[in-house]
Amino acid sequence: MPAPRSTTKVRTHPLGDTALLAELGTRVDTALNTRAIALAAALKKRRDVRQAIAGYASVTVHFDPDQTTHAALTTAIRRLASKRPPMSEPGRLHRIPVVYDGPDMEAVAAVLSLPAAKIAEIHTRPIYRVFLVGFVPGWGYLGPLPEELELPRREVPRTKVPAGSVAIAARQTGIYPLATPGGWHLIGRTSVKLFLPDSDPPCLFRAGDRVKFFAAPA
Amino acid sequence: MLRVRKPGLLTTVQDLGRPNAMSAGVPPGGVMDRFAHRAANLLAGNEEGAATLECTVSGPALVALQPCLVAITGADFDPLVNGRPAPMWTSVILGPDDQLSFAGRRSGARAYIAVAGGIAGDRWLGSFSTNLLAQRGGFHGRPLIAGDVIAVASPPARRAQGASQSARAISRHQLNRDLRPAYADHMLPAIAGPHITRLPAESRKALFGSAYTVGRDADRMGYRLEGHSLDASGDELLSFGLVAGALQVPRSGQPILLMADHQTAGGYPVVATLAGAAMPIAAQLLPGDELSFVEVSIEAALRMRAAQRAALDSLKS
Repeated sequence: MPAPRSTTKVRTHPLGDTALLAELGTRVDTALNTRAIALAAALKKRRDVRQAIAGYASVTVHFDPDQTTHAALTTAIRRLASKRPPMSEPGRLHRIPVVYDGPDMEAVAAVLSLPAAKIAEIHTRPIYRVFLVGFVPGWGYLGPLPEELELPRREVPRTKVPAGSVAIAARQTGIYPLATPGGWHLIGRTSVKLFLPDSDPPCLFRAGDRVKFFAAPA
Repeated sequence: MLRVRKPGLLTTVQDLGRPNAMSAGVPPGGVMDRFAHRAANLLAGNEEGAATLECTVSGPALVALQPCLVAITGADFDPLVNGRPAPMWTSVILGPDDQLSFAGRRSGARAYIAVAGGIAGDRWLGSFSTNLLAQRGGFHGRPLIAGDVIAVASPPARRAQGASQSARAISRHQLNRDLRPAYADHMLPAIAGPHITRLPAESRKALFGSAYTVGRDADRMGYRLEGHSLDASGDELLSFGLVAGALQVPRSGQPILLMADHQTAGGYPVVATLAGAAMPIAAQLLPGDELSFVEVSIEAALRMRAAQRAALDSLKS
């Protein structure tokens, strides 16, 4: 069977003089994300690449300007991206207990006209994908969130969200690994540690992993 | 070994950071002014990546417990050895009980102190850099406090062994004045970014031309800038990997310049990225400082990078 060719051309943009952004697409899509993770892995093996970090549907590439140029790397990226990604193992499955008593649960229930128990039921239904790990140490962007729970971010972000808060925004869900500011709706909490500073890598989730939430008693 | 008499406002152990940890969401970290850090190390006879002290806004007071060779670079906080002015960008020998202190800030935001042998510290995810959020790396993951004793990573270089008792004995190893960064020039070269096409012509003109002021919210993560509001509105972007020097535009239209401890991913439009050679200048800005961006090509930015490289290489002879 011939390797499927990508239908869209990878677009690259400079991020300064030693990095570039390679965009594979503009949709939240498991297949695109799988390609981005595979492309980052392939690029990391090159001598002229210092770092390659997959986004939802892109790769940010840090390169050595003494060994390559933006143009030469773009050609190499297009060649790599047109290949079929190697068969990847399904990501590890994490089962995360959640107490669905977040400070925004009532407000979310009111806006969505759903009882809190129903929100918890819908939130625990899918097996989410970890599209990328980033933003703050250990944060995983999980999705897609069922459409029934789709909400814009809070008007006013909180200055401090407690670590372990389980949150939703748009078609995404996630868990705050550390006490940080945040603008997502807090529907629950978990005792599972996401940021593991004394492990390497220092986080529970890796891009491509799968996450299943289940309701735990308070 | 150096004993900390006074820590200064925020003095941390830093090296060139931990870029390999970015895929776990950990900021790359490391020194804000890589040129000053590298120069300090070369002047002290170290590898460029050895750990140094990054001193923010005010310098510490340090007492040498053993003879050592040090070099001070970056911001000018008016360094003194035993109360007498000490030169910057020059290797300086400290004898036992000699005190290195700083009279006060004259210009810039961050000074670097290298010690021959490199500063010892905790290694976390491949780097000695202090990460204050995770409380890891450097000096037990925290800024220096009075009473700390800083150790040297490897035995002092031979030239420090025979250090003179007098702090006036100064090595002649120095970075020429004309090879130091033009810290006073706040016209920062920048390369158009992935989302520059979102800006209407008027916004683009304002980005490359109008003056911005560093806001009060300016730290090792990034600087909020105040000035001409940029309209980068459009479809929501999918989060992607960010780099230091990126100029992102949130909904408010007031750009944010990402610095060493930047968040590793985000979904705001990036309209420009500083040339790597401009980062040392950006590292020396403080709230209230004015700056502007000058659009340059990648090629021009790489020429500036090569000139900085040549300046550092001049210290290797």
